[in-house]
Amino acid sequence: MGTLLKNMLRFILLILVQVYVLDRIHLHYMVTPYIYFLFILWMPFEGNRAFQMLIAFALGFTLDGFRHHPGFHSAACVLIAYLRPFVVNLLISQQGAENNYQAPSAKSMGGFIPYLVYAGMLTLVHHGWLFFLEAIQFGDVWYFIVKTVFSTAISLLLIMIVELLFSRKQAFRTNTV
Amino acid sequence: MHNLFLFFRRYSNFIVLLLLQGFSIYFLVHYNSYHNALASNFMNEVTGRVNTQFNKVDYFLKLRNTNEALVKNNERLTNLLNENFERQDSSTKIVNEDILNDTTGLKRKWQYFSAKVVSNSVSAQNNFIALQRGTGQQIKKDDGVVDLNNGVVGIVTDVSENYAVVMSLLHKDSKISAKLKKGGEVGQVIWDGKDPNRLSLIDIRKSAQVAKGDTVYTSGFTTTFPYGLMIGTIEEIVKDKGTNNYILYLKSTANFYNIQYVYAIENLQREEVDQLIKNANNKVNN
Repeated sequence: MGTLLKNMLRFILLILVQVYVLDRIHLHYMVTPYIYFLFILWMPFEGNRAFQMLIAFALGFTLDGFRHHPGFHSAACVLIAYLRPFVVNLLISQQGAENNYQAPSAKSMGGFIPYLVYAGMLTLVHHGWLFFLEAIQFGDVWYFIVKTVFSTAISLLLIMIVELLFSRKQAFRTNTV
Repeated sequence: MHNLFLFFRRYSNFIVLLLLQGFSIYFLVHYNSYHNALASNFMNEVTGRVNTQFNKVDYFLKLRNTNEALVKNNERLTNLLNENFERQDSSTKIVNEDILNDTTGLKRKWQYFSAKVVSNSVSAQNNFIALQRGTGQQIKKDDGVVDLNNGVVGIVTDVSENYAVVMSLLHKDSKISAKLKKGGEVGQVIWDGKDPNRLSLIDIRKSAQVAKGDTVYTSGFTTTFPYGLMIGTIEEIVKDKGTNNYILYLKSTANFYNIQYVYAIENLQREEVDQLIKNANNKVNN
């Protein structure tokens, strides 16, 4: 399967799951789980960062389209797409792992814990920025903090379940290129 | 100039970030202008189509609720039809002397007669209650009997001149048509012969929404009881393994241990209904 086709399918599926499954689960008004931004977490190490940010904007804007109020998710998505390379550089332990593997995963990041931290940091940023943008309309600080913390926890749990269920096979690329 | 280009190259990603964030927040704030934009129409069109497809599933799954809502609304609207109302002719009023008319012109259907309980039992398998009131005091066979709080007690089965015998709900042949207040499912209230004040509601499908404490009342489908008299509240929910039904144990509203007075409820239109059903049966049989 071509990379482009795979990514397009991923994009559509994640949006559909978000809109038609997760958005319909009303756990509690303080918990809004998200997994659609896994698309951004799974973007390859390489590639033009500006382009990746544009794709992230498109992803967020698509979800916003379903919510009929644009801006919230696209802002959060662009932010984590921008921050992602910094987090990867911070966490990756093996020298040159970015060259040997295609995209972030537990394997390429040298263990489950670094990957969890990677996903956790970006999830927190995504939710934080998203709920901050929502909260400034009401000006309720506690609502913002509590919602961010709880939603991040639930989202992270969902992301880990997805990681365990749908393991992405990644071949080790030798540096013979 | 050279430095400026260097600056843009160095911080190009950051500039893209700022631009895209700017776009997002612009959209976010100028939410109303977005609604007029071409892009929004396009987005609404696309999401609308996708939503339509997924709604087909949703629609199918919620048909039951839709149906119930429609039936209810249909009932309400049918009741508003002009044909349902008639101005009673004063000449017919004289003819129908035996049908009670009150001053508002409404026909009375149910009439309550109080009666003193003279004997009562709860310990047997087939329990009866005797009332100190009989044919001479307007009690008739098949009258429904309720306690003072309108909790169902039983049905009059035998009448003598001055006494009546009521088959209590605590009787193996007692069967009352009952309805769940919440979902409207109709079942039968019976007694399993064990614990007095504990009745069983059967013939409720497992698809029904039931919870402890839910109210069960008379369905009004028989000529014995008016609609909406309390029978009991759900105390325990048991799934019948053999069938697709629940067995719901009810705490009866009437306390059968200490019944002193009851009301017998006479259906003043019973004969009419019975006669109709009899005629219909005769037509079918001939």
